[in-house]
Amino acid sequence: MFSPEIEKIDRKALREMQLERLKHIVRYAYENVPMYKKRFDSIGLRPEHIRTLKDIEKIPYTTKDDLRENYPFGLFAVPMKKIIRLHASSGTTGKPIVGGYTRADLDNWSTCIARILTMAGATDEDIFQVSFGYGLFTGGFGLHYGIEKLGATVVPMSTGNTERQLMLMRDFGVTALIATPSYAMYLAETAKREGILQDLKVRLVCMGAEASTAEMHESLHKLFGAFPTENYGLTEVGGPGVAGECREKAGMHINEDMFYPEIVNMEKNEVLGEGEQGEMVLTTLLKEGMPILRYRTKDITSLTYEPCKCGRTLARMSRVVGRTDDMLIIRGVNVFPSQIESVLMGMDELGKMYEIIVDRVNYMDTLEVRVEVDDANLLTDYSKLEELVAKIRHKLRVVLQIDVKVKLVEPFSIQRTEGKVKRVKDLRKN
Amino acid sequence: MLVKQLSVFMENRPGRLYKLTHALGQEGIDFVTLSIADTKDFGIVRFIARDNERAYEILKAAGFTVGITELIGVEVNDRPNALAEVVALMEEANINIEYLYSFVLTNHNTAKILMRVEDTDRAVKLLKEKGIRLLSEKIL
Repeated sequence: MFSPEIEKIDRKALREMQLERLKHIVRYAYENVPMYKKRFDSIGLRPEHIRTLKDIEKIPYTTKDDLRENYPFGLFAVPMKKIIRLHASSGTTGKPIVGGYTRADLDNWSTCIARILTMAGATDEDIFQVSFGYGLFTGGFGLHYGIEKLGATVVPMSTGNTERQLMLMRDFGVTALIATPSYAMYLAETAKREGILQDLKVRLVCMGAEASTAEMHESLHKLFGAFPTENYGLTEVGGPGVAGECREKAGMHINEDMFYPEIVNMEKNEVLGEGEQGEMVLTTLLKEGMPILRYRTKDITSLTYEPCKCGRTLARMSRVVGRTDDMLIIRGVNVFPSQIESVLMGMDELGKMYEIIVDRVNYMDTLEVRVEVDDANLLTDYSKLEELVAKIRHKLRVVLQIDVKVKLVEPFSIQRTEGKVKRVKDLRKN
Repeated sequence: MLVKQLSVFMENRPGRLYKLTHALGQEGIDFVTLSIADTKDFGIVRFIARDNERAYEILKAAGFTVGITELIGVEVNDRPNALAEVVALMEEANINIEYLYSFVLTNHNTAKILMRVEDTDRAVKLLKEKGIRLLSEKIL
């Protein structure tokens, strides 16, 4: 264990630590983030009203909209001078969700990652290839510094160029792979096809940024002969490192000293008990740069507080089974159908009928947007149609930051349904 | 002086061309010309019917996206190099031809060339000056 004093902590002692930290972070957010002060004041809530962990339920939720409305730095609790790193993920309307980190935040984040990698079976002897994108995305740098903290070797590979990824995996003797589940699968399949699987020494595959399935874990195990684990996190509360699977693969251990998890039935606004399925709500307990109280993750999961066979006492969350909103995760990137709609509806030459098709080809997610052509002016010249496709692709790329296949279709070829229109067809299994 | 042509957007998948030709055929519409250009996913079917107005209405009603484009039609003697001479005229005048197709009707010793160019007015003027026979929709 990387932090045995925390990971094996007596739960009573943990609760005391959480309460102390919760009281502190609530007061800290109230005093330093105008949105929280305003929100508390409007319902007559004061930091000192938080006396028990259960009192957290008095605090209003924080949502993605709150982050968007306070873009870019409105939720930062410290002056910019103290922020030493910024990250961002795609937002719902083109404006990204921004995270700001102090030096202490980066250190805590690295600790979270080091713990998760250790529970997945990694040691300081491992050579990690990070095949997450390096850049604004929290995945690349998040894992990178966690691996360094663990003391293992990092190959900061980033995404793309599969042939080169495999070459370096072989030549550098990479023992642990960091990737999205779909990309890990793609790498494994390609290695098999190229006949170099037997030259690879990968023994661990640590996956994040999108949900994986039991079948993917099974296939990766078979192909690489590696031990696959999944981990969980989101930019809004800091990035990856919230939770991860241990060798028992019996749920993901939450770093509860830094994140306080709740499972909520949002329809009844009721905090649920152990084992019950609902939306996960997270409170950051130590974040200085951007403290977040009761963030609605929209991820549906459940918690167990039973000590794990691995010896850890930290709560475990089950694999995320779905979302309470319509967010799609495409190759690790969050995509909202509303983003696509706003692009299409902003183009006068397009009709109002469109359809979004999500599929998985060779383990890679694909996103296709089908648009009906009903403007006869486009038919005078062939290049007008091709320019239209290029224009839609470009606009979607700007907003979503991923490549989208655009297909022009004949009028009335998209199925009309009565009542609520189903714009999204997700053909991926599971 | 120009020839009206209908353009129909079509997805590149089986059964689509049949749907279009059948929709017109069963209404007794006769094609004079038909050409298709396609990419991987979609194409544009361009054609001239004996009765373009009716063809337009029928396809509209059947849910197709139909546009009307005006083409320059010229008639040349059916002999080698006749097409090249017309193309050369356009090139010399720097008029870009977007697309072109030609056909020969039976019992005629002339060939008909239909083309869409960048600058129709200038092209028509030029062709007239050179004494080239221009077609109107009626001649077809």
